[in-house]
Amino acid sequence: MSGAVIEIIQEKNKEKDSEPIVVARAAYEHPLVVRLCHWINTVALFVMVGSGLQIFRAFPSFGAKIPQKDLLHWPKAFAIGGWLGGALQWHLTFMWIYIATGVWYLGYQVFSGNYRQVLFTHRDLPGVWPMVKHYFFFGPKPTVRESYNPLQKQAYTSAIGLGVLSVLTGLCVWKPIQFSWLAWMMGGFHYARIWHFAVMWAILFFILGHLVMVILHGWNNFVSMLTGWKKDPEY
Amino acid sequence: MKGEEPSEERKAKETDGRKLDAVNVDAEKKKDEANVAEEKIFASAMNENSIDEKKFQLVSRRELLKLTPVLALGAFAIPGLQEKLLKKGLGFSDWASARLFRSGHRATTFENADVAPFDKFPINGYDVDDPGVDLENWKLTVSGAVKTPGRYTLAHVQALPAIRQNTRHVCVEGWDVIGRFGGARLSDFLTMVGADRTAKYITVTCADDYYESLDMATALHPQTLLCYEMYDQPLTREHGAPLRLQAPTKVGYKQAKYLMELKVTHVLDKVGYWEDQGYSWFYGL
Repeated sequence: MSGAVIEIIQEKNKEKDSEPIVVARAAYEHPLVVRLCHWINTVALFVMVGSGLQIFRAFPSFGAKIPQKDLLHWPKAFAIGGWLGGALQWHLTFMWIYIATGVWYLGYQVFSGNYRQVLFTHRDLPGVWPMVKHYFFFGPKPTVRESYNPLQKQAYTSAIGLGVLSVLTGLCVWKPIQFSWLAWMMGGFHYARIWHFAVMWAILFFILGHLVMVILHGWNNFVSMLTGWKKDPEY
Repeated sequence: MKGEEPSEERKAKETDGRKLDAVNVDAEKKKDEANVAEEKIFASAMNENSIDEKKFQLVSRRELLKLTPVLALGAFAIPGLQEKLLKKGLGFSDWASARLFRSGHRATTFENADVAPFDKFPINGYDVDDPGVDLENWKLTVSGAVKTPGRYTLAHVQALPAIRQNTRHVCVEGWDVIGRFGGARLSDFLTMVGADRTAKYITVTCADDYYESLDMATALHPQTLLCYEMYDQPLTREHGAPLRLQAPTKVGYKQAKYLMELKVTHVLDKVGYWEDQGYSWFYGL
Protein backbone atom coordinates (compact mmCIF):
# COMPACT_ATOMS: atom_id res chain seq x y z
CA MET A 1 0.00 0.00 0.00
CA SER A 2 2.85 2.34 0.82
CA GLY A 3 4.34 1.49 -2.53
CA ALA A 4 1.74 3.67 -4.18
CA VAL A 5 3.21 6.87 -2.76
CA ILE A 6 4.27 9.25 -5.47
CA GLU A 7 7.87 10.20 -5.27
CA ILE A 8 8.06 13.84 -6.21
CA ILE A 9 11.29 15.71 -6.07
CA GLN A 10 11.48 19.33 -7.00
CA GLU A 11 14.79 20.85 -7.76
CA LYS A 12 15.79 24.22 -9.09
CA ASN A 13 17.43 24.21 -12.44
CA LYS A 14 20.59 26.26 -11.92
CA GLU A 15 21.59 27.00 -15.48
CA LYS A 16 18.59 28.77 -17.00
CA ASP A 17 14.91 28.93 -16.09
CA SER A 18 13.75 27.92 -12.70
CA GLU A 19 11.57 25.15 -14.02
CA PRO A 20 10.95 22.47 -11.46
CA ILE A 21 11.69 18.89 -12.36
CA VAL A 22 8.91 16.66 -11.21
CA VAL A 23 9.70 13.02 -11.02
CA ALA A 24 6.87 10.54 -11.13
CA ARG A 25 6.95 6.81 -10.71
CA ALA A 26 5.82 4.75 -13.67
CA ALA A 27 6.47 1.31 -15.09
CA TYR A 28 6.35 0.24 -18.72
CA GLU A 29 4.01 -2.71 -18.50
CA HIS A 30 2.53 -3.34 -21.92
CA PRO A 31 4.67 -3.45 -25.08
CA LEU A 32 3.14 -1.92 -28.20
CA VAL A 33 2.33 -5.28 -29.82
CA VAL A 34 0.41 -6.38 -26.75
CA ARG A 35 -1.57 -3.13 -26.70
CA LEU A 36 -2.33 -3.25 -30.43
CA CYS A 37 -3.45 -6.86 -30.17
CA HIS A 38 -5.56 -6.10 -27.11
CA TRP A 39 -7.56 -3.37 -28.83
CA ILE A 40 -7.85 -5.07 -32.22
CA ASN A 41 -9.01 -8.14 -30.37
CA THR A 42 -11.54 -6.10 -28.42
CA VAL A 43 -13.20 -5.10 -31.69
CA ALA A 44 -12.79 -8.54 -33.26
CA LEU A 45 -14.29 -10.35 -30.26
CA PHE A 46 -17.21 -7.93 -30.17
CA VAL A 47 -17.97 -8.69 -33.83
CA MET A 48 -17.35 -12.43 -33.49
CA VAL A 49 -19.69 -12.77 -30.50
CA GLY A 50 -22.36 -10.51 -32.00
CA SER A 51 -22.38 -12.21 -35.38
CA GLY A 52 -22.01 -15.63 -33.77
CA LEU A 53 -25.19 -15.06 -31.79
CA GLN A 54 -26.99 -14.02 -34.97
CA ILE A 55 -25.82 -17.27 -36.62
CA PHE A 56 -27.07 -19.14 -33.55
CA ARG A 57 -30.49 -17.50 -34.02
CA ALA A 58 -30.89 -19.40 -37.31
CA PHE A 59 -31.02 -22.66 -35.35
CA PRO A 60 -31.07 -21.90 -31.63
CA SER A 61 -30.77 -25.52 -30.61
CA PHE A 62 -28.17 -28.23 -30.13
CA GLY A 63 -30.47 -31.14 -30.77
CA ALA A 64 -32.02 -32.55 -33.93
CA LYS A 65 -33.81 -30.49 -36.55
CA ILE A 66 -36.83 -32.78 -36.24
CA PRO A 67 -38.25 -32.22 -33.71
CA GLN A 68 -36.59 -28.87 -33.01
CA LYS A 69 -36.32 -27.86 -29.36
CA ASP A 70 -34.99 -24.33 -29.02
CA LEU A 71 -32.51 -23.64 -26.26
CA LEU A 72 -33.01 -19.89 -26.04
CA HIS A 73 -34.26 -17.07 -28.22
CA TRP A 74 -31.46 -14.56 -28.37
CA PRO A 75 -32.78 -11.05 -29.10
CA LYS A 76 -31.95 -9.69 -32.52
CA ALA A 77 -31.05 -6.32 -31.01
CA PHE A 78 -27.98 -7.91 -29.39
CA ALA A 79 -26.72 -9.53 -32.56
CA ILE A 80 -24.74 -8.37 -35.59
CA GLY A 81 -25.45 -8.93 -39.27
CA GLY A 82 -29.24 -8.65 -39.50
CA TRP A 83 -29.73 -12.14 -40.92
CA LEU A 84 -27.85 -15.42 -41.20
CA GLY A 85 -26.05 -14.52 -44.44
CA GLY A 86 -25.02 -11.11 -43.15
CA ALA A 87 -23.82 -12.52 -39.86
CA LEU A 88 -21.76 -15.17 -41.66
CA GLN A 89 -20.07 -12.42 -43.67
CA TRP A 90 -19.06 -10.64 -40.47
CA HIS A 91 -18.02 -13.88 -38.80
CA LEU A 92 -15.98 -15.17 -41.75
CA THR A 93 -14.30 -11.78 -42.22
CA PHE A 94 -13.42 -11.03 -38.62
CA MET A 95 -12.29 -14.56 -37.88
CA TRP A 96 -9.21 -13.81 -39.98
CA ILE A 97 -8.52 -10.64 -38.03
CA TYR A 98 -9.11 -12.56 -34.80
CA ILE A 99 -6.79 -15.41 -35.81
CA ALA A 100 -4.10 -13.09 -37.20
CA THR A 101 -4.11 -11.03 -34.01
CA GLY A 102 -3.89 -14.19 -31.91
CA VAL A 103 -0.97 -15.56 -33.90
CA TRP A 104 0.81 -12.21 -33.81
CA TYR A 105 0.26 -11.88 -30.05
CA LEU A 106 1.38 -15.42 -29.22
CA GLY A 107 4.37 -15.17 -31.55
CA TYR A 108 5.42 -11.90 -29.95
CA GLN A 109 4.99 -13.13 -26.40
CA VAL A 110 7.02 -16.25 -27.03
CA PHE A 111 9.86 -14.70 -29.01
CA SER A 112 10.22 -11.56 -26.91
CA GLY A 113 10.07 -13.51 -23.67
CA ASN A 114 7.28 -11.21 -22.50
CA TYR A 115 5.10 -14.24 -21.85
CA ARG A 116 6.71 -14.48 -18.41
CA GLN A 117 4.68 -11.46 -17.39
CA VAL A 118 1.39 -13.24 -17.92
CA LEU A 119 1.96 -17.00 -18.06
CA PHE A 120 0.64 -18.80 -14.99
CA THR A 121 3.17 -21.38 -13.81
CA HIS A 122 3.70 -23.59 -10.78
CA ARG A 123 5.63 -20.74 -9.16
CA ASP A 124 2.40 -18.78 -8.95
CA LEU A 125 0.55 -21.54 -7.14
CA PRO A 126 1.45 -20.49 -3.57
CA GLY A 127 0.19 -16.99 -4.28
CA VAL A 128 -3.25 -18.07 -5.45
CA TRP A 129 -4.91 -18.70 -2.09
CA PRO A 130 -3.82 -15.38 -0.47
CA MET A 131 -5.17 -13.56 -3.53
CA VAL A 132 -8.48 -15.46 -3.39
CA LYS A 133 -8.76 -14.60 0.32
CA HIS A 134 -8.10 -10.96 -0.48
CA TYR A 135 -10.53 -10.72 -3.41
CA PHE A 136 -13.41 -12.76 -2.06
CA PHE A 137 -13.03 -13.03 1.73
CA PHE A 138 -11.66 -9.59 2.75
CA GLY A 139 -8.23 -11.01 3.49
CA PRO A 140 -5.16 -8.74 3.71
CA LYS A 141 -3.70 -7.62 0.41
CA PRO A 142 -0.60 -9.63 -0.48
CA THR A 143 2.50 -7.66 -1.41
CA VAL A 144 2.59 -6.79 -5.09
CA ARG A 145 5.92 -7.63 -6.68
CA GLU A 146 5.17 -7.67 -10.38
CA SER A 147 2.63 -6.34 -12.84
CA TYR A 148 0.29 -9.34 -12.56
CA ASN A 149 -0.58 -11.19 -9.38
CA PRO A 150 -1.03 -14.98 -9.45
CA LEU A 151 -4.79 -14.79 -9.91
CA GLN A 152 -4.45 -12.32 -12.75
CA LYS A 153 -1.93 -14.61 -14.43
CA GLN A 154 -4.32 -17.50 -13.98
CA ALA A 155 -7.17 -15.49 -15.50
CA TYR A 156 -5.18 -14.17 -18.46
CA THR A 157 -3.53 -17.51 -19.19
CA SER A 158 -6.98 -19.13 -19.18
CA ALA A 159 -8.38 -16.41 -21.42
CA ILE A 160 -5.61 -16.98 -23.95
CA GLY A 161 -6.33 -20.70 -23.77
CA LEU A 162 -10.01 -19.98 -24.40
CA GLY A 163 -9.06 -17.83 -27.39
CA VAL A 164 -7.13 -20.75 -28.87
CA LEU A 165 -10.06 -23.08 -28.15
CA SER A 166 -12.51 -20.69 -29.78
CA VAL A 167 -10.45 -20.86 -32.97
CA LEU A 168 -10.03 -24.64 -32.89
CA THR A 169 -13.72 -25.33 -32.20
CA GLY A 170 -14.65 -22.73 -34.82
CA LEU A 171 -12.45 -24.43 -37.43
CA CYS A 172 -14.30 -27.68 -36.74
CA VAL A 173 -17.67 -26.03 -37.24
CA TRP A 174 -16.46 -24.37 -40.44
CA LYS A 175 -14.47 -27.30 -41.90
CA PRO A 176 -15.43 -30.50 -40.06
CA ILE A 177 -14.19 -32.63 -42.96
CA GLN A 178 -10.90 -30.91 -43.75
CA PHE A 179 -10.09 -30.79 -40.02
CA SER A 180 -11.66 -34.20 -39.43
CA TRP A 181 -9.09 -35.32 -36.84
CA LEU A 182 -9.72 -32.20 -34.78
CA ALA A 183 -13.48 -32.54 -35.20
CA TRP A 184 -13.19 -36.19 -34.19
CA MET A 185 -11.49 -35.18 -30.93
CA MET A 186 -14.43 -32.91 -30.21
CA GLY A 187 -16.96 -35.59 -31.05
CA GLY A 188 -17.71 -34.52 -34.63
CA PHE A 189 -19.39 -31.48 -36.15
CA HIS A 190 -22.44 -31.66 -33.92
CA TYR A 191 -20.43 -31.48 -30.69
CA ALA A 192 -17.87 -29.04 -32.10
CA ARG A 193 -20.76 -26.58 -32.49
CA ILE A 194 -21.71 -27.09 -28.84
CA TRP A 195 -18.08 -26.61 -27.72
CA HIS A 196 -17.79 -23.47 -29.82
CA PHE A 197 -20.88 -22.03 -28.13
CA ALA A 198 -19.64 -23.03 -24.66
CA VAL A 199 -16.23 -21.45 -25.25
CA MET A 200 -17.95 -18.20 -26.26
CA TRP A 201 -19.79 -18.06 -22.93
CA ALA A 202 -16.57 -18.81 -21.08
CA ILE A 203 -14.90 -15.90 -22.88
CA LEU A 204 -17.85 -13.63 -22.07
CA PHE A 205 -17.58 -14.69 -18.43
CA PHE A 206 -13.89 -13.77 -18.46
CA ILE A 207 -14.66 -10.40 -20.06
CA LEU A 208 -17.22 -9.66 -17.36
CA GLY A 209 -14.66 -10.36 -14.63
CA HIS A 210 -12.01 -8.44 -16.55
CA LEU A 211 -14.21 -5.36 -16.82
CA VAL A 212 -15.10 -5.46 -13.14
CA MET A 213 -11.42 -5.63 -12.21
CA VAL A 214 -10.50 -2.84 -14.62
CA ILE A 215 -13.08 -0.59 -12.97
CA LEU A 216 -11.88 -1.54 -9.49
CA HIS A 217 -8.23 -0.94 -10.33
CA GLY A 218 -8.80 2.58 -11.49
CA TRP A 219 -7.66 5.01 -14.12
CA ASN A 220 -3.88 4.53 -14.12
CA ASN A 221 -4.30 0.83 -14.67
CA PHE A 222 -6.69 1.41 -17.56
CA VAL A 223 -4.39 4.00 -19.17
CA SER A 224 -1.51 1.55 -19.06
CA MET A 225 -3.22 -0.59 -21.70
CA LEU A 226 -3.32 2.51 -23.92
CA THR A 227 0.13 4.03 -23.33
CA GLY A 228 2.01 1.05 -22.00
CA TRP A 229 3.04 3.02 -18.91
CA LYS A 230 1.42 2.49 -15.57
CA LYS A 231 1.77 5.41 -13.23
CA ASP A 232 2.43 4.67 -9.60
CA PRO A 233 2.69 0.90 -9.86
CA GLU A 234 2.33 -0.99 -6.63
CA TYR A 235 5.80 -2.45 -6.86
CA MET B 1 13.34 -7.07 -13.02
CA LYS B 2 16.15 -4.67 -12.10
CA GLY B 3 18.99 -4.42 -14.53
CA GLU B 4 22.43 -3.31 -13.50
CA GLU B 5 22.70 0.41 -13.14
CA PRO B 6 25.41 1.96 -15.28
CA SER B 7 28.35 2.85 -13.12
CA GLU B 8 28.52 6.35 -14.60
CA GLU B 9 25.09 7.11 -13.25
CA ARG B 10 25.97 5.71 -9.89
CA LYS B 11 29.00 7.99 -9.72
CA ALA B 12 26.87 10.95 -10.64
CA LYS B 13 24.48 10.06 -7.89
CA GLU B 14 27.24 9.84 -5.34
CA THR B 15 29.00 13.05 -6.28
CA ASP B 16 25.77 14.96 -6.50
CA GLY B 17 24.98 14.26 -2.92
CA ARG B 18 21.42 15.41 -3.25
CA LYS B 19 18.29 13.30 -3.48
CA LEU B 20 17.81 14.24 -7.10
CA ASP B 21 17.34 11.25 -9.27
CA ALA B 22 20.59 10.32 -10.94
CA VAL B 23 18.90 9.90 -14.27
CA ASN B 24 17.76 13.50 -14.36
CA VAL B 25 21.23 14.79 -13.60
CA ASP B 26 22.44 12.74 -16.48
CA ALA B 27 19.82 14.27 -18.74
CA GLU B 28 20.63 17.81 -17.75
CA LYS B 29 24.29 17.38 -18.46
CA LYS B 30 23.75 16.12 -21.94
CA LYS B 31 21.16 18.51 -23.23
CA ASP B 32 22.82 18.53 -26.64
CA GLU B 33 22.45 14.83 -27.01
CA ALA B 34 18.80 15.08 -26.13
CA ASN B 35 17.76 11.91 -27.83
CA VAL B 36 20.42 9.78 -26.26
CA ALA B 37 19.61 11.17 -22.88
CA GLU B 38 15.92 10.68 -23.42
CA GLU B 39 16.38 7.05 -24.25
CA LYS B 40 18.47 6.61 -21.16
CA ILE B 41 15.74 8.11 -19.07
CA PHE B 42 13.20 5.71 -20.42
CA ALA B 43 15.51 2.77 -20.09
CA SER B 44 16.35 3.74 -16.59
CA ALA B 45 12.74 4.47 -15.77
CA MET B 46 11.94 0.92 -16.70
CA ASN B 47 14.38 -0.20 -14.07
CA GLU B 48 13.67 2.28 -11.37
CA ASN B 49 10.01 3.08 -12.04
CA SER B 50 10.80 6.77 -11.87
CA ILE B 51 10.45 9.18 -14.72
CA ASP B 52 10.32 12.91 -15.37
CA GLU B 53 6.65 13.89 -15.19
CA LYS B 54 6.83 15.97 -18.38
CA LYS B 55 8.67 13.30 -20.26
CA PHE B 56 6.16 10.83 -18.94
CA GLN B 57 3.31 12.80 -20.45
CA LEU B 58 5.16 13.17 -23.73
CA VAL B 59 5.91 9.49 -23.92
CA SER B 60 2.35 8.60 -22.95
CA ARG B 61 0.98 10.75 -25.72
CA ARG B 62 3.38 9.27 -28.25
CA GLU B 63 2.60 5.70 -27.18
CA LEU B 64 -1.12 6.43 -27.38
CA LEU B 65 -0.71 7.69 -30.95
CA LYS B 66 0.98 4.43 -31.89
CA LEU B 67 -2.38 2.73 -31.38
CA THR B 68 -3.99 4.67 -34.24
CA PRO B 69 -3.78 1.68 -36.66
CA VAL B 70 -6.57 0.12 -34.60
CA LEU B 71 -8.85 2.88 -35.86
CA ALA B 72 -8.57 1.36 -39.35
CA LEU B 73 -11.14 -1.17 -38.16
CA GLY B 74 -13.57 1.74 -38.11
CA ALA B 75 -13.76 1.32 -41.89
CA PHE B 76 -16.22 -1.49 -41.18
CA ALA B 77 -18.58 1.06 -39.67
CA ILE B 78 -18.72 3.19 -42.84
CA PRO B 79 -21.89 2.14 -44.70
CA GLY B 80 -20.48 2.39 -48.24
CA LEU B 81 -17.29 0.58 -47.35
CA GLN B 82 -18.79 -2.05 -45.09
CA GLU B 83 -20.42 -4.07 -47.86
CA LYS B 84 -17.24 -4.09 -49.95
CA LEU B 85 -15.03 -5.10 -47.05
CA LEU B 86 -17.34 -7.92 -45.99
CA LYS B 87 -17.48 -9.15 -49.57
CA LYS B 88 -13.68 -9.14 -49.59
CA GLY B 89 -13.63 -11.05 -46.33
CA LEU B 90 -16.06 -13.62 -47.64
CA GLY B 91 -14.04 -13.88 -50.86
CA PHE B 92 -10.88 -14.47 -48.86
CA SER B 93 -12.65 -17.18 -46.86
CA ASP B 94 -13.73 -18.87 -50.08
CA TRP B 95 -10.21 -18.65 -51.45
CA ALA B 96 -8.84 -20.20 -48.26
CA SER B 97 -11.57 -22.85 -48.37
CA ALA B 98 -10.55 -23.89 -51.88
CA ARG B 99 -6.94 -24.10 -50.65
CA LEU B 100 -7.90 -26.20 -47.65
CA PHE B 101 -9.99 -28.58 -49.77
CA ARG B 102 -8.22 -31.88 -50.27
CA SER B 103 -9.66 -33.73 -53.24
CA GLY B 104 -8.59 -37.13 -51.94
CA HIS B 105 -9.83 -36.56 -48.38
CA ARG B 106 -13.19 -38.20 -47.82
CA ALA B 107 -16.06 -37.12 -45.65
CA THR B 108 -16.68 -39.41 -42.70
CA THR B 109 -19.12 -42.20 -43.53
CA PHE B 110 -21.36 -43.78 -40.93
CA GLU B 111 -22.82 -47.15 -40.01
CA ASN B 112 -26.44 -47.80 -40.93
CA ALA B 113 -27.26 -47.69 -37.22
CA ASP B 114 -26.12 -44.03 -37.08
CA VAL B 115 -28.39 -42.91 -39.90
CA ALA B 116 -31.37 -40.81 -38.86
CA PRO B 117 -34.80 -42.27 -39.72
CA PHE B 118 -36.10 -41.08 -43.08
CA ASP B 119 -38.94 -39.08 -41.53
CA LYS B 120 -36.38 -37.24 -39.36
CA PHE B 121 -34.43 -36.08 -42.39
CA PRO B 122 -35.55 -32.46 -42.87
CA ILE B 123 -37.06 -31.28 -46.12
CA ASN B 124 -35.58 -27.91 -46.92
CA GLY B 125 -36.73 -26.19 -50.08
CA TYR B 126 -36.32 -22.52 -50.87
CA ASP B 127 -39.72 -22.29 -52.55
CA VAL B 128 -42.00 -25.29 -53.02
CA ASP B 129 -41.60 -28.91 -52.03
CA ASP B 130 -42.93 -30.08 -55.37
CA PRO B 131 -42.18 -27.99 -58.44
CA GLY B 132 -44.20 -30.43 -60.58
CA VAL B 133 -41.45 -32.17 -62.51
CA ASP B 134 -42.80 -34.50 -65.25
CA LEU B 135 -40.97 -37.60 -64.03
CA GLU B 136 -42.02 -39.66 -67.09
CA ASN B 137 -40.41 -37.40 -69.66
CA TRP B 138 -37.65 -35.89 -67.50
CA LYS B 139 -34.26 -35.42 -69.11
CA LEU B 140 -31.09 -33.67 -67.95
CA THR B 141 -29.85 -31.10 -70.43
CA VAL B 142 -26.05 -31.12 -70.56
CA SER B 143 -24.17 -28.27 -72.20
CA GLY B 144 -20.94 -26.31 -72.14
CA ALA B 145 -17.43 -27.71 -72.33
CA VAL B 146 -18.46 -31.32 -73.05
CA LYS B 147 -17.87 -33.56 -76.06
CA THR B 148 -21.42 -34.91 -76.19
CA PRO B 149 -23.88 -32.26 -75.10
CA GLY B 150 -27.55 -33.21 -75.18
CA ARG B 151 -30.38 -34.54 -73.08
CA TYR B 152 -29.73 -37.48 -70.81
CA THR B 153 -32.35 -39.76 -69.23
CA LEU B 154 -32.32 -41.11 -65.69
CA ALA B 155 -31.44 -44.52 -67.21
CA HIS B 156 -28.21 -43.00 -68.53
CA VAL B 157 -27.27 -41.90 -65.02
CA GLN B 158 -28.37 -45.17 -63.45
CA ALA B 159 -26.24 -47.15 -65.93
CA LEU B 160 -23.15 -45.73 -64.21
CA PRO B 161 -21.71 -47.57 -61.16
CA ALA B 162 -24.04 -47.04 -58.21
CA ILE B 163 -22.65 -45.61 -54.99
CA ARG B 164 -24.43 -45.74 -51.66
CA GLN B 165 -23.10 -43.72 -48.74
CA ASN B 166 -24.15 -42.68 -45.25
CA THR B 167 -22.90 -39.16 -44.78
CA ARG B 168 -23.59 -36.12 -42.67
CA HIS B 169 -25.71 -33.38 -44.15
CA VAL B 170 -24.77 -30.02 -42.58
CA CYS B 171 -27.10 -27.07 -42.97
CA VAL B 172 -25.75 -23.52 -42.99
CA GLU B 173 -28.21 -22.81 -40.18
CA GLY B 174 -26.31 -25.14 -37.91
CA TRP B 175 -28.32 -28.35 -37.76
CA ASP B 176 -26.96 -31.61 -39.10
CA VAL B 177 -28.37 -35.03 -39.89
CA ILE B 178 -26.82 -38.29 -41.05
CA GLY B 179 -28.61 -39.65 -44.11
CA ARG B 180 -28.27 -42.44 -46.63
CA PHE B 181 -27.80 -41.44 -50.24
CA GLY B 182 -27.38 -43.33 -53.48
CA GLY B 183 -26.48 -42.36 -56.99
CA ALA B 184 -23.77 -42.15 -59.61
CA ARG B 185 -20.51 -40.33 -59.13
CA LEU B 186 -20.70 -36.95 -60.79
CA SER B 187 -17.14 -37.57 -61.98
CA ASP B 188 -18.28 -40.75 -63.79
CA PHE B 189 -21.08 -38.80 -65.44
CA LEU B 190 -18.67 -36.07 -66.48
CA THR B 191 -16.42 -38.71 -68.02
CA MET B 192 -19.40 -40.16 -69.89
CA VAL B 193 -20.35 -36.83 -71.42
CA GLY B 194 -16.71 -36.05 -72.20
CA ALA B 195 -16.42 -33.01 -69.97
CA ASP B 196 -13.34 -30.83 -70.11
CA ARG B 197 -11.82 -31.45 -66.70
CA THR B 198 -9.76 -28.31 -66.93
CA ALA B 199 -12.97 -26.31 -66.86
CA LYS B 200 -13.37 -24.59 -63.53
CA TYR B 201 -17.06 -24.96 -62.77
CA ILE B 202 -20.21 -27.03 -62.98
CA THR B 203 -23.47 -25.11 -62.87
CA VAL B 204 -26.91 -26.61 -62.42
CA THR B 205 -30.39 -25.20 -62.95
CA CYS B 206 -33.37 -26.67 -61.16
CA ALA B 207 -37.09 -27.11 -61.89
CA ASP B 208 -37.94 -24.66 -59.12
CA ASP B 209 -35.66 -21.95 -60.58
CA TYR B 210 -33.05 -22.70 -57.96
CA TYR B 211 -29.53 -22.70 -59.34
CA GLU B 212 -26.13 -23.66 -58.01
CA SER B 213 -22.52 -24.08 -59.02
CA LEU B 214 -19.62 -26.24 -57.91
CA ASP B 215 -15.87 -25.94 -58.29
CA MET B 216 -14.41 -28.68 -60.49
CA ALA B 217 -12.37 -30.18 -57.61
CA THR B 218 -15.57 -30.82 -55.66
CA ALA B 219 -17.41 -32.05 -58.76
CA LEU B 220 -14.67 -34.65 -59.28
CA HIS B 221 -14.55 -35.69 -55.62
CA PRO B 222 -15.30 -39.43 -55.32
CA GLN B 223 -18.18 -38.80 -52.88
CA THR B 224 -19.95 -36.17 -54.99
CA LEU B 225 -23.03 -37.84 -56.45
CA LEU B 226 -25.76 -37.28 -58.94
CA CYS B 227 -28.16 -38.61 -56.37
CA TYR B 228 -31.33 -40.50 -57.37
CA GLU B 229 -31.88 -42.49 -54.17
CA MET B 230 -32.32 -41.77 -50.50
CA TYR B 231 -32.58 -44.59 -48.00
CA ASP B 232 -32.35 -47.10 -50.91
CA GLN B 233 -35.58 -45.76 -52.41
CA PRO B 234 -36.00 -43.52 -55.45
CA LEU B 235 -35.90 -39.85 -54.47
CA THR B 236 -39.26 -38.58 -53.29
CA ARG B 237 -40.54 -35.32 -54.76
CA GLU B 238 -39.78 -33.32 -51.59
CA HIS B 239 -36.17 -34.51 -51.64
CA GLY B 240 -35.64 -33.50 -55.25
CA ALA B 241 -36.94 -36.22 -57.59
CA PRO B 242 -35.75 -37.41 -59.94
CA LEU B 243 -32.17 -36.18 -59.54
CA ARG B 244 -30.28 -33.98 -57.06
CA LEU B 245 -26.71 -33.15 -56.19
CA GLN B 246 -25.23 -34.77 -53.12
CA ALA B 247 -21.78 -33.50 -52.18
CA PRO B 248 -21.01 -34.43 -48.55
CA THR B 249 -18.02 -32.09 -48.58
CA LYS B 250 -20.35 -29.14 -49.10
CA VAL B 251 -22.91 -27.36 -46.97
CA GLY B 252 -26.62 -28.06 -47.49
CA TYR B 253 -27.61 -25.30 -49.86
CA LYS B 254 -25.12 -26.60 -52.44
CA GLN B 255 -27.11 -29.89 -52.67
CA ALA B 256 -29.46 -28.67 -55.40
CA LYS B 257 -32.68 -30.63 -56.02
CA TYR B 258 -34.84 -31.24 -59.16
CA LEU B 259 -31.89 -30.91 -61.56
CA MET B 260 -32.89 -29.89 -65.10
CA GLU B 261 -29.70 -28.54 -66.64
CA LEU B 262 -26.02 -29.16 -66.08
CA LYS B 263 -23.31 -27.06 -67.65
CA VAL B 264 -19.55 -27.41 -67.63
CA THR B 265 -17.99 -23.99 -67.90
CA HIS B 266 -14.76 -22.00 -67.68
CA VAL B 267 -16.59 -18.85 -66.67
CA LEU B 268 -19.18 -18.69 -63.94
CA ASP B 269 -22.19 -16.88 -65.38
CA LYS B 270 -24.61 -18.00 -62.67
CA VAL B 271 -23.31 -18.44 -59.16
CA GLY B 272 -26.11 -19.67 -56.92
CA TYR B 273 -29.48 -18.68 -55.51
CA TRP B 274 -28.25 -18.12 -51.95
CA GLU B 275 -24.79 -16.94 -52.96
CA ASP B 276 -26.37 -14.11 -54.92
CA GLN B 277 -27.92 -12.97 -51.65
CA GLY B 278 -24.67 -13.02 -49.73
CA TYR B 279 -23.86 -16.60 -48.80
CA SER B 280 -20.39 -18.04 -49.26
CA TRP B 281 -19.86 -19.61 -52.69
CA PHE B 282 -17.35 -22.31 -51.87
CA TYR B 283 -18.64 -23.31 -48.43
CA GLY B 284 -16.79 -26.60 -48.28
CA LEU B 285 -16.92 -28.51 -45.05
